[in-house]
Amino acid sequence: MPINKLTFSQKIKAYKNNPASLIMFLLVYIGAAISLISLLFLIGYILVKGIPYLTPDLFAFTYTSDNASLTPALINTIVMTLLTLVIAAPIGIFAAIFLVEYSGKGSKLVKLIRITAETLSGIPSIVYGLFGLLFFVTTLQWGYSMLAGSFTMVIMVLPLIMRTAEEALRSVPDSFREASFGLGAGKLRTVFRIVLPPAVPGILSGVILAIGRVVGETAALMYTAGTVAQIPNLMGSGRTLAVHMYALSSEGLHMNQAYATAVVLLVLVLLINGLSNLIAKRIVKG
Amino acid sequence: MDKFKEQGMKIVFLIAACTSVLAVVLICVFLFANGVPAIGKIGVFQFLLGEKWKPANDLYGILPMIMGSIYVTAGSLVIGVPTALLTSIFMAYFCPKKIYPVFKAAINLMAGVPSVVYGFFGLVVIVPAIRDIFGGSGTSMLAACILLGIMILPTIIGVTEASLRAVPDSYYEGSLALGATHERSVFRTIVPACKSGIVAGIVLGIGRAIGETMAVIMVAGNQARMPKGILEGVRTLTANIVTEMGYAADLHREALIATGVVLFVFILIINLAVSLLNRRTSNAN
Repeated sequence: MPINKLTFSQKIKAYKNNPASLIMFLLVYIGAAISLISLLFLIGYILVKGIPYLTPDLFAFTYTSDNASLTPALINTIVMTLLTLVIAAPIGIFAAIFLVEYSGKGSKLVKLIRITAETLSGIPSIVYGLFGLLFFVTTLQWGYSMLAGSFTMVIMVLPLIMRTAEEALRSVPDSFREASFGLGAGKLRTVFRIVLPPAVPGILSGVILAIGRVVGETAALMYTAGTVAQIPNLMGSGRTLAVHMYALSSEGLHMNQAYATAVVLLVLVLLINGLSNLIAKRIVKG
Repeated sequence: MDKFKEQGMKIVFLIAACTSVLAVVLICVFLFANGVPAIGKIGVFQFLLGEKWKPANDLYGILPMIMGSIYVTAGSLVIGVPTALLTSIFMAYFCPKKIYPVFKAAINLMAGVPSVVYGFFGLVVIVPAIRDIFGGSGTSMLAACILLGIMILPTIIGVTEASLRAVPDSYYEGSLALGATHERSVFRTIVPACKSGIVAGIVLGIGRAIGETMAVIMVAGNQARMPKGILEGVRTLTANIVTEMGYAADLHREALIATGVVLFVFILIINLAVSLLNRRTSNAN
């Protein structure tokens, strides 16, 4: 936001008189460059090393210790994500509806809900993993299972969905609601027919971020969904792609396949991020 | 009928909203109920201040892991904080308008890359590099610090940039009008004005660094002994849980859950600090 534009020669002169400013200018650019380069290097390195190993073998339907196929893990990831969203999205959106439409601003309950949601979003994934192990796996006796894994994920992504949905609902102007009430619609009808539709893009971007969290999660799933490389039913143990990736690199026997798996994981994350950027852009425009 | 539906849905919304409360209560109850008795059995001081972790000999002291977590976090801050601050200043006050969306998307992407991919990158790039330059095995505290330093960048950048942008333009303009250069105006008026926002960002980064698990396990070496040096292996609290939970039983298992309790308490303290800082910022405005 410069309020006065300097020409190039004026800038040079200013820096000559203020060498400290020149140093700070350079430092800022160096800092930004380090951040950007570390990301680009990471993506570039993994893509270059991994893409040559994306062989058909890697996508064989069943996993053997020879092919280190990632298909079962990929399918598990999709199942896990869907299962998590089916449970977490309604709860998160309903909770947001309660916070925005049904509760007074200063109420103690709202404060409590907000504090607990904040707490949840700060808890590291390994603590979720421990809790999932103690509660879903052991106490409820679900064993290492996809169901235990996805319930753990539900608690983990819930605050994210709640927060974004709440913001989206709040950004719907009050005049919408007033007009709907004025026409004689009830509260429920107003919420579902008038307030929810314009908030959908905002809610969706939160849901997509949640997908990203589930796809990338490892620590919370290792001791809840387990690490078996197969496509299980809901009560069976199965590894997702991120867990598969960890297993490959810690075994150290299939490093080339590990590179290739990292590529698949990165591409998934890139797609998810691109999608959420696209929707965010549409919100700003619309 | 309609009234019944209205009331019914209201209750459904209320129950949904209370899920997060229920989740926090459940997490606290189950962690503490399973972890605290073990601390009692081992003895609070033996557990927290014991320097030996030897489950085979019934020695459960987690001081090495606590120190490991603290050292690794501190090291990652040394690397991450200056870089993140400079980057956020760049984004708020130096970045050309055309590049900004690209840069912002890159930082968002950085936050979205799974920790296991970071860990793998550390394992195949940072660890061999340290091995070549300094000798030794390469899996070391230094590797963990560098990797975590990169991983906490997006967290700190996001919070700091937002608080830099919240500083009124008049500060900057007033400084320019007094004859200061652009850089001097930014570093001498705007940065001091959003000190508490920057601190909040750093504290959030600390939370991320302490809680990070998979990436650290893959590069830190995980030896359960007091940290000896920056080029030696180190085990953090999170690594302690994941590496041994698979085969632990009885008191060993409970001691691992108790490790989780200690980690959880650390995180709760950090959360509290963040919300206090945020409250102070919003009061100041």
